[in-house]
Amino acid sequence: MPEIKRKSGRKADEMRKISAKVGIIPNANGSAMFVSGKTIAIAAVYGPKEHHPRNQRNPAKGTLRCTYNMMSFSVTDRIRPGQNRRSTEISKITEWALEPIVMLDKYPGKVVDVYIHMTQADAGTRCAGINAAAMALAHAGIPMKNIVSSIAAGKLDKTIVLDLDKYEDSEFEEGEGSTDIPMTFTSDGKLTHIQVDGYITPEQLKEAMKMAREASKKIYEVQKQALKDSLGKEK
Amino acid sequence: MIKQTTSKITQERIQRYLEEGKRFDDRKLNEFRELSIETGVSKNAEGSAKVKLGKTEVLVGVKMNIGTPYSDSPNKGNMMVNAELLPLSSPRFEKGPPKFSAIELARVIDRGIREYKFIDFEKLCIKEGEKVWTVFIDIYSINDDGNLLDAAGIGAVAALRDAKIPKYDEKKEMVLFGELTNKKLSVKKDFPVSITFHKIGKNIIVDPTREEEDVSEARVTIGSSKGIISSMQKGEPVALEIEEFEKILDMLEKTWDNIFKKIEKVVK
Repeated sequence: MPEIKRKSGRKADEMRKISAKVGIIPNANGSAMFVSGKTIAIAAVYGPKEHHPRNQRNPAKGTLRCTYNMMSFSVTDRIRPGQNRRSTEISKITEWALEPIVMLDKYPGKVVDVYIHMTQADAGTRCAGINAAAMALAHAGIPMKNIVSSIAAGKLDKTIVLDLDKYEDSEFEEGEGSTDIPMTFTSDGKLTHIQVDGYITPEQLKEAMKMAREASKKIYEVQKQALKDSLGKEK
Repeated sequence: MIKQTTSKITQERIQRYLEEGKRFDDRKLNEFRELSIETGVSKNAEGSAKVKLGKTEVLVGVKMNIGTPYSDSPNKGNMMVNAELLPLSSPRFEKGPPKFSAIELARVIDRGIREYKFIDFEKLCIKEGEKVWTVFIDIYSINDDGNLLDAAGIGAVAALRDAKIPKYDEKKEMVLFGELTNKKLSVKKDFPVSITFHKIGKNIIVDPTREEEDVSEARVTIGSSKGIISSMQKGEPVALEIEEFEKILDMLEKTWDNIFKKIEKVVK
């Protein structure tokens, strides 16, 4: 495999420094923060609670409702506060990534709200958001089959790399350019979310997925430890 | 966990306690909760601050961009304050366009800073009549346990103090976002502090918790610095006796001194 020198000095399969904290918002039923390099995501869970508006209620099982948002000052060029098309899509992607592990059939007619905000953004925000949300759901005591861990793999020119940062994601233009592949795995290795933006062969994609899967195990350990650390503390 | 509403029993007990001059958390009537301020918490912002008052927490960020000056002030920069009461921060907040409380919060903070002339707007002029800096102050609630207003006011001042002006390419006439100069945003040496006084029965308190805020009948927010009041707003449709209002003014100096000293330690 051709090697590439990353601007950050990271090795191809090296992700940014990660850390996690559970229980950061006392008002919420569950909350968590996930930090990946310069990207910081916070998440809060409210519910299960009555589902409004009524016509969206599902009598068969509960509804998971995610809201992803970037704070106006989280990026270098201020973004207008509020939801836009991008955040609306990522909100839905986040729901799809999380829903397979949440036992919503225990709460027919109810809704679980998950609010995710980026306080600082440097690429990889949807992954950081999903990681924070998964911990917040567990912290809220929502029954779950599993936990999910999210990470992007990618490709810079011809090299498969892990966890693109802002520069690699939006400014790198050498050769075949940059490809970003955010993925989400359950701890037993099932894929609940994948997106691809760029230029990549099926073989390379398989390789990227292997790399991301390995990294997701490390993220899982950090999430688990943060949840353990929160035990016995006030919510 | 905070409840949707405060129960009647709790409300009555808060009132009964106050009649004896007591609060649930043992604070004096004019005493703030523990204050913590952290600046530079969001690195892509020109300036930022996280403020905690007890369990209440807000995040304030400052961003800057080039805009056109208003015709009545061709040599002055602009300022815009925006506040979002995030559903993330309380089960009481809902998604959707800003409700009145968020709009009012932003406007009260705006006046607290503008009327005090905290920012030197003339220094934000690039080309008279054509190009000036606009300062955006964006406030987000992270956890609402009462008195978001005062926490936001402190956060705005701290974030402005923290702010550096972005680089501006004069030839291309564009802002180089993400690159900050070493030049601090020009603000006054002293700073205003907004303090909100709440009337509960015959008592006046400051820095209410969410439960206390639920019992509050009326409030007066005063933006001031060293004995000079620069902004004020009364909220809620309950009248104040003249004596009550004077009591608030009498309480202002000491309350201001206490909280100012705490803020000054961090925001120099």
